[in-house]
Amino acid sequence: MSNRNMTALYTIWIKECTRFLRIWVQTLVPPAITMSLYFVIFGKLMGDRIGPIDGSSYMEFIVPGLIMMAVITSSYSNVSSSFFSAKFQRNVEEILVAPVPTWVVIMGFVGGGVARASIIGVVVIFVSMFFVDIKIAHYAVIIVTTLLTSILFATAGLINGIYAKSFDDISIIPTFVLTPLTYLGGVFYSASMLEKVFNDFWQGVIQINPIYHMVNAFRYGFLGSADVNIILALSMLVGLNVLLFAVAYRLLSTGTGIRT
Amino acid sequence: MKALDIKGLAKTYKGGVQALKGVDLTVEEGDFFALLGPNGAGKSTAIGIISSLVNKSSGSVKVFGHDLATDIVNAKSCIGLVPQEFNFNQFETLFQIVVNQAGYYGVPRSIAKERAEKYLKQLDLWDKRNSAGRELSGGMKRRLMIARALMHEPRMLILDEPTAGVDIEVRRSMWTFLKKINEEGITIILTTHYLEEAEMLCRNIAIIDEGQIVKNTSMKALLATLNVETYVFDIASGANKISIEGFETRANDDQTLEVDVLKKGGLNPVFEELSKRNIQVMSMRNKSNRLEELFVRLVEANQAKGTTNE
Ligand SMILES: Nc1ncnc2c1ncn2[C@@H]1O[C@H](COP(=O)(O)OP(=O)(O)OP(=O)(O)O)[C@@H](O)[C@H]1O
Ligand SMILES: [Mg+2]
Repeated sequence: MSNRNMTALYTIWIKECTRFLRIWVQTLVPPAITMSLYFVIFGKLMGDRIGPIDGSSYMEFIVPGLIMMAVITSSYSNVSSSFFSAKFQRNVEEILVAPVPTWVVIMGFVGGGVARASIIGVVVIFVSMFFVDIKIAHYAVIIVTTLLTSILFATAGLINGIYAKSFDDISIIPTFVLTPLTYLGGVFYSASMLEKVFNDFWQGVIQINPIYHMVNAFRYGFLGSADVNIILALSMLVGLNVLLFAVAYRLLSTGTGIRT
Repeated sequence: MKALDIKGLAKTYKGGVQALKGVDLTVEEGDFFALLGPNGAGKSTAIGIISSLVNKSSGSVKVFGHDLATDIVNAKSCIGLVPQEFNFNQFETLFQIVVNQAGYYGVPRSIAKERAEKYLKQLDLWDKRNSAGRELSGGMKRRLMIARALMHEPRMLILDEPTAGVDIEVRRSMWTFLKKINEEGITIILTTHYLEEAEMLCRNIAIIDEGQIVKNTSMKALLATLNVETYVFDIASGANKISIEGFETRANDDQTLEVDVLKKGGLNPVFEELSKRNIQVMSMRNKSNRLEELFVRLVEANQAKGTTNE
């Protein structure tokens, strides 16, 4: 990479990190509070009634899923709102007039989302330690899954920000797509529990959900066991990343939503 | 060397507005160039295309020989843009804004910080370096955008109405500053609705109207085409009754007389006639800026032509 592009990338990334650190009360504190509530309500109060799943306590079972949930939401919303506000305030023009290649723009914004998601991941793990003894089976799986997931949702958030014409447009997708997919993504239940409620068809549908695979891959990193094939899950993540990067690249290089 | 070479530039916005209808324009290196035209003429559209903020419909743009279509990196590096609308982040500090802008152009951070100090000081904003963009007054925001545009030390500076809403004192210091950097070698292209500003600063000029260049010449040549000037006389009374041989006169009211004076004729016959009638002249002034007159005439002529063609 040329020095010019390195400097531009570093500049966009630093600017993105400065942004979410400047408004840390809005960006870093809420997930810690929400996740503490989940831990108390689902883990402590209800977990005892649900009983152990696949040999782990219910609390141990949901911790990885809740971390993943926080990672997904924060990487997505960081980039969608940052990019949209850069369009709204027009300061995206500062980047457009400069010789910054499209892939550098994408990496810079996505890098900001990944940074925020990683900080939040660490914060939520830290919070969870008050409730449960964290065991980690495979560090590498945890790190790789966190990175791939946050890159994926940061890129998705970027695409949302590119298309968004109003502030409503950046809350519609999280509300109507992201939240349902996460709740149906196996955060709170295992495959064996599904059998009791859904027929094979609906079980199949639920298991197509990419978030289901991410949550399970991540859980594998903690507990050493999961409902999905870990290689398949990671390959799916890589494939989706390539796809969304290509979409974001095409949109930005044609100037969708940013050049008239 | 041509700093800017535009050929057949056209732009039709989505929705069908034809903002540019085939513009040809060249600006020589080192020039101080005025791009003038009424609201909606297409000035900002042309500047937007030159600086990669607007997609062109057709035509070509070269910046210091670098074609935007084939050599965008070098073309962009040559341009510093001061846009018409404020477009910096309202929550970032001035220092962050200018340092980041340099970073996008690949200027290493340590150098960027030195330059930030240099340019924020030159534009009298150093005391405000830790304030957020939104805390600035309108005039400060304009100066911030000038400092920001210089951070990568471009060869050409394009300013889209830099003095709109700026007080007289600051406007004067901006003029001095722009003159200085132009003398140091930076090519400047300026749009403004204050024609005396263009007259004072610019060597060459293009007037654009309804997406077309209607005049492209040197400031001197343009002003030389003016052969009539209108003077306004404030007199004690009797303006209604005056006619002066060889001069066109109008009375606005009994105390105000307007006289069209040919450049080569001079004013003496007017004064002679007035003193002969024992009319006391209290004061006298030019009716308006000379360039303004010309400008209005050129634009009106172009629009009349447009209506007859249609
Ligand atoms: N984003 C846009 N979408 C559609 N039409 C536009 C857009 N921007 C400008 N126009 C139209 O293009 C024409 C030229 O506008 P432009 O902003 O280039 O004028 P201008 O010469 O800069 O005027 P002013 O002196 O008021 O700044 C106008 O008719 C305007 O309405
Ligand atoms: Mg304009």
